[in-house]
Formats: sequence, structure tokens, C-alpha cells
Amino acid sequence: MSKIFNQIQELIDNNDVVLFMKGSKDFPQCGFSAMTSHILGNLGVDFADIDVLQDMEIRQGIKEFSDWPTIPQLYIKKEFVGGCDIIKEMQESGELEQLLKEKNIIK
Amino acid sequence: MPIAQNDLEKLILKSFPDAKIEITDLAGDDDHYSVAIIDKSFTGKTRIEQHKMVNKALQGYLGDTLHAMQLKTLAPG
Repeated sequence: MSKIFNQIQELIDNNDVVLFMKGSKDFPQCGFSAMTSHILGNLGVDFADIDVLQDMEIRQGIKEFSDWPTIPQLYIKKEFVGGCDIIKEMQESGELEQLLKEKNIIK
Repeated sequence: MPIAQNDLEKLILKSFPDAKIEITDLAGDDDHYSVAIIDKSFTGKTRIEQHKMVNKALQGYLGDTLHAMQLKTLAPG
């Protein structure tokens, strides 16, 4: 499991914004993943999409890594921000845009 | 394998006895719920911490018996 944790850490270290999701940003395979991906896209965020359906080890590993039972999971600048519900709530309140600006992801 | 709405509420109340809970059965199939919980134990915690507390209370159910749950947590006041 530590090998997969290292692999996940590398993905998070090497990308400012990482979305672990079911499917890809172009072909999401789950409504929650689609919605989260869509929210990021609408804000003009360039993010790395990691399709957990392509890798069972990552799919299980990310849940233990984040101590979070569901997919999608969003990381911004190495920090776990949340899943679909939290991202949606943050988007509605404007917090997500604010956070992305603070982290210099968007202008 | 779905879970009945009042069983879900009981499960949440077990960990959050004084919480205000609002549950909506989104699809009418006992399997897709929207859950809002207001509890004073959430005070001063981040959303992620609050959600983790609820996830822990529902451990063994979430993702298994309970397929999909939209969750909203709030501290009172």
C-alpha cells in the first residue's frame, strides 16, 4: 500500500489541482464526478484528472490516503479540499473561487 | 442493499444525539439520500472534519448499504 501512497503523493505534488474522479473530464462516468469536474471547468481551472476506474489500487488507495470514503476527491496545492458536496457548497458561496485566487490558480 | 430513512436517522442520532437532522429520500428508493445535520459538535471544525465525523458515524454503511448520500453539515447559530 505504501507504493500506491507514494504514487498518489507524487500526483498531488506534481499538479496544482488534482481531481480523483470516475471517468475523465471529457467522459465522466458518474454524476458526482461530472458535477465537480464541471464546476472546476466553469471557473477556468486547469486540473489533472485521475480516472480511478482505470486503476483499482488508486481507487482504493485514495480513500485510505485521504481518509475519505467517496470519489471524487479534490486536491488544491497539496491540500485535500473535499468531495462533490463540499465543492458544490463552496462554489455556491464563492469560497471556491476565492480559494483558487488565493492559491494563484485562477485570476 | 438500501437503508430505510428512519434507520438512517437513528444511526446518525446514535453519534449525534442532540443534532437537528433533515433527511430527503432523493429518488424514493431508500438508496439516494440528501442529509443535513446541524450539531454543536461541529462548532469550530472545518467542513472536511465535520464530514469525517459523519462518515465515521456511518462507517460500514456508506458506499455499501448506503449508495449515495449528499451531505451538508452545519454548526448551530
